[in-house]
Amino acid sequence: MRRFILTRFLVMIPTLLGVALLVFLLLRVVPGDIVQLKYAGEGAFVPKETLDLERARLGLDKPLWRQFVDWMWGMVRFDFGLSMWTGRPIRTEIALRLQLSLQLAIMATVIASLLAIPLGTLAAVKQDTWVDHLVRIFSIAGLATPSFWLGILMILSLLILFGWIPPMTFTPVWVDPWANLSQLIWPALAVGYRYSAMATRMTRSAVLEVLREDYVRTARAKGLWEPLVIARHALRNALLPVTAVIGLEFAFLIGGLVVTEQVFNLNGIGMLFVEAISRRDYTMTQALVLLVGVTFIAVNFVLDLLYAILDPRVRHR
Amino acid sequence: MGERVFELPEIGFSARLEAAMPRGVSALLWFLRKKPLGAAGALVIGGMLLMALAAGMVAPYDPLETDFGAMLGPPGRAHWLGTDAFGRDVLSRIMHGARTALLVGFASSFLGATLGALIGVASGYLGGRVDLYTQRGMDIVISFPIIVLALTVVAMLGSGTFNLILAITIPFIPRVSQVVRASALSIREMPYIEAARALGMGKARIILRHMFPNVMASYLVMLTAFLGQAILLEASLSFLGLGTAEPTPSWGLMLRGAAVEFAERAPWMAIFPGLTISAAVFAFNVLGDALRDILDPKLRMA
Amino acid sequence: MGTQTEKVVREYARRFPRGVLLMAALAFGFQAWTADTPQAATPETPQPGGELVFAVGAEPPSFDGHRETTFAMIHPVAPHYSLLLKFDADNYPKIVGDLAESWTVSRDGLTFTFKIRDGVKFHDGSLLTARDIKATYDKIVAPPAGVVSVRKASYAAVDRVEAPDARTVVFRLKWPEASMLANLASPWNFIYKADILAKDPRWYEKNILGTGPFKFVEYVSGSHWVGKRHEDYFVKGRPYLDGYRALFIRDTAARLAAVRGGRALVEFRGDSPAARDDLVRALGDKVVVQESTWICALTLVINAEKKPFDDPRVRRALTVAVDRWEASRVLSKIAFLKGVGGLLRPGSEYAMPEAELTKLAGFGKNIEASRTEARRLLREAGVPDGFKFTFKNRDVAMPYQPMGIYLIDQWRKVGLNVTQIVQETGPYTADLRAGNYETNQDFACDFMDEPDLQLFKYLSSDKSPANYGRYKDPTLDDLYLKQARATDPAERKKLVWAFERRVLDEMAYQWPTLWWQRIIPQWAKLKGWKITPSHYLNQDLRDVWLAKE
Repeated sequence: MRRFILTRFLVMIPTLLGVALLVFLLLRVVPGDIVQLKYAGEGAFVPKETLDLERARLGLDKPLWRQFVDWMWGMVRFDFGLSMWTGRPIRTEIALRLQLSLQLAIMATVIASLLAIPLGTLAAVKQDTWVDHLVRIFSIAGLATPSFWLGILMILSLLILFGWIPPMTFTPVWVDPWANLSQLIWPALAVGYRYSAMATRMTRSAVLEVLREDYVRTARAKGLWEPLVIARHALRNALLPVTAVIGLEFAFLIGGLVVTEQVFNLNGIGMLFVEAISRRDYTMTQALVLLVGVTFIAVNFVLDLLYAILDPRVRHR
Repeated sequence: MGERVFELPEIGFSARLEAAMPRGVSALLWFLRKKPLGAAGALVIGGMLLMALAAGMVAPYDPLETDFGAMLGPPGRAHWLGTDAFGRDVLSRIMHGARTALLVGFASSFLGATLGALIGVASGYLGGRVDLYTQRGMDIVISFPIIVLALTVVAMLGSGTFNLILAITIPFIPRVSQVVRASALSIREMPYIEAARALGMGKARIILRHMFPNVMASYLVMLTAFLGQAILLEASLSFLGLGTAEPTPSWGLMLRGAAVEFAERAPWMAIFPGLTISAAVFAFNVLGDALRDILDPKLRMA
Repeated sequence: MGTQTEKVVREYARRFPRGVLLMAALAFGFQAWTADTPQAATPETPQPGGELVFAVGAEPPSFDGHRETTFAMIHPVAPHYSLLLKFDADNYPKIVGDLAESWTVSRDGLTFTFKIRDGVKFHDGSLLTARDIKATYDKIVAPPAGVVSVRKASYAAVDRVEAPDARTVVFRLKWPEASMLANLASPWNFIYKADILAKDPRWYEKNILGTGPFKFVEYVSGSHWVGKRHEDYFVKGRPYLDGYRALFIRDTAARLAAVRGGRALVEFRGDSPAARDDLVRALGDKVVVQESTWICALTLVINAEKKPFDDPRVRRALTVAVDRWEASRVLSKIAFLKGVGGLLRPGSEYAMPEAELTKLAGFGKNIEASRTEARRLLREAGVPDGFKFTFKNRDVAMPYQPMGIYLIDQWRKVGLNVTQIVQETGPYTADLRAGNYETNQDFACDFMDEPDLQLFKYLSSDKSPANYGRYKDPTLDDLYLKQARATDPAERKKLVWAFERRVLDEMAYQWPTLWWQRIIPQWAKLKGWKITPSHYLNQDLRDVWLAKE
């Protein structure tokens, strides 16, 4: 087991390094240049010497390998550096948004789990009945609705029905829970619904699979009370793959809610991502890609561990 | 990693499948009876394909034809689904937009699934160092959020249908390859593959002739699953301004700009293309589900 | 935005004294304006107090006005600063004093002397003196290495700035410069503190310290900007507001929802007609709408180096094929576009009247005849029917996208098959500058009406870095200098029009499609704010107040 953990852990390092190298190179291939955009994005004309001075100040005149090594050396010391666009520490900029993104991801996950696990189980138990069909239609509809669409619809309905829209700025939950909730509950619902669709489907098929296992049949044959069989035997064993789906989706939610954040005007990691890319803020984009990569890889690592603990066969694969 | 995201069979038992499945017309009937939802999905998709192919003949108007006398017109006899901010017929644009959507959908999911499957099979079969490197490479790509990858591709190459397909294809590849690799790993040790090896068949031939057909089930299921996702992604990217460019009719594009601005006064501009997208994705999903149920032996035994 | 014109215009024009403007300046200067207490825009009695919340569609790249070119900097930052002079919002283009109490201009037009208000305090409590103004303008006119001053060239005439005593600033010019006064009223020229600039000339890129009506409170990037009342503001009883809050809302739909839901009272750049109508319908008399023509135009740039666009007949066909009057009628319903005009803002002093304008290629009112002519021109130039070319456009929805769709449709009607390529600002600007395009949609915005500024974009490309059309035309350069030299307004008008005819009609190099229409729907309880033809002007919020309900 220890060896398994160690190898899985070591494998993460080259992957992360690859992610870093890839984003570093990609950014520098993308046309449009941060200095040019910063000084002359809106049509102004700035002499080349000034631009060169600024490039030198940002360290963009150094050879590529040197820039990469500098960046990596910073990361090793947990020094994310400064945003090339705002000139402020990346750590501060990210921390500011992570609060919102993390809370939104947690809320959406809770909503999704609360919807998905009961609905998925129900659908599995009532397989091929109208209940099953209804649940599946509900969940596939969630997958089939563009999230921005749902968001816009939500905002418009709130406006038309109540002449009210959620607050536009983020208030931490410990400052004013009510303001916080009235802003985040809507996007959490929109995201949670879509997210639950995936999880519901996963729950359904996992439970279906478990229901066919011998021990469940045995339990049933013994005449155990059906809900108990499902809760104790079926659901417990079906939860692993469901957790996996939820976990992976959670990792995605941290940086992937680009459209939802835009529609609800949330100051989250996803918007920061889009802005960093469109401004060609190299350092910021790099840090964000790495952050999302680390989250994703870490979640995977934890899931792998969980699998290995619960299913010994995995260890020897 | 990816195999847990999609509910897929570990092994494709294509031989058993063939034996178990009815053929011809009876197969269709069997499918219809057994999987009404899936059949409905297939029907919708068929309709959309037809719409895309015959758009030029069926559509009541030229999708590019502006009519400033009929700007923002409500649905009515002349324009069944109303007109947009330039007086263009919404129905005709949806019909022609089916071309873009289905082209992007089919092209990117086909490319993504095929490349992914080839890489997955090759990686799984060859094993060793090749496998290690490929899988790490796939890990890298998969760690990028899809939308960010797409943003980068579009920023790099510019927007447009072809680049859009590319942007959607790339993130699909590793996801398919990981699932398929898992299947390939278990098939590799099967007796008939060993036999083929013993007969002195080349690696390429074994992969293409024997391994690939046996992961067809996973491949097909993933392909349909991705079709829906690709259409949705096209809409999202177009919404962000990264997709196809006006005046080319595209569903995602129809939801952008004026559609949002006029959402209250001319809701038809946004509702109908939105519904079309949902219907398409819905159809592909139910069809994918039905396919999975049929092709997945474990579920079928129930 | 678009202030590139101001940038280099002076350098080019400085060799030539400009009589007419000079005379105007002298007359103006001798009047010695006395800045009196400002009057509220409304007859109602202003009520003090309250926080104004408004939306801004983008975020400032830096806080330094001397460096920036975007409204995204002006709107949140301007309330922190004072200017030397400013445009009077109620009587644009009249110029009044801000920090300057009064001023005189010497008879030869070479010396501008400003009397500075007494007792003006910075937000840190220190007193503003003439030294601060000198240091500010030194930075604008001759920035130290590594410091950007985008509009430096507008001040090329400035020889030196002196501060003989604490309340006097003297600008000494190398040659008479008629629009100097207007340039000293530039909304970008925030007055900074000399001591800080001496220590770090880039301090103001990330920090705020001014003498304006509002102090800086906080800026949360991606979210909002907050200012509060400056108690020691030099105008007694101002500002009325306790503070203001600018919300950064990138998405147009979200921004409109914010205004409609009352989360913000206004957005100061400009909204679309659809937004205006929705707000009015939803909120009734709770909103009022202010509209104005706008010193901003969308222009079509044609790459004169690429075949077949090197042929004036082809370029002419492109402009003739576009029905601008229909565009105005139609697009004004769905976009903030309206004015049909030449190179100057329709209705402004030097603009061509409609009777003259309609004689130019592309401005005629008989579109059928025009289309026939366009087809004929194309045929003559050997361009086949169904000829394909590309049109590059910015991925900014308003007003770029509607015009793009319109243009392509108009060209389609004369048998041209145009593909639109939509680009992000970065690649878009890069391609435009590098000449990597066939046709492209560009824009120009200025903070004042001035032929020198607005015509500059159309000079030979080696003379004007703002000309992306890649053509050289000595006739135009010559006309430009002549109009700048003209002593008589009527004479100057003729020359300006000759310039316009050359650009738009004879050579059809590149041309404005429509001028923008500034539409500001706002909550009625927001009082004391007056629209101007530029979204860069009148944003210090000094006279703004909120009516209690």
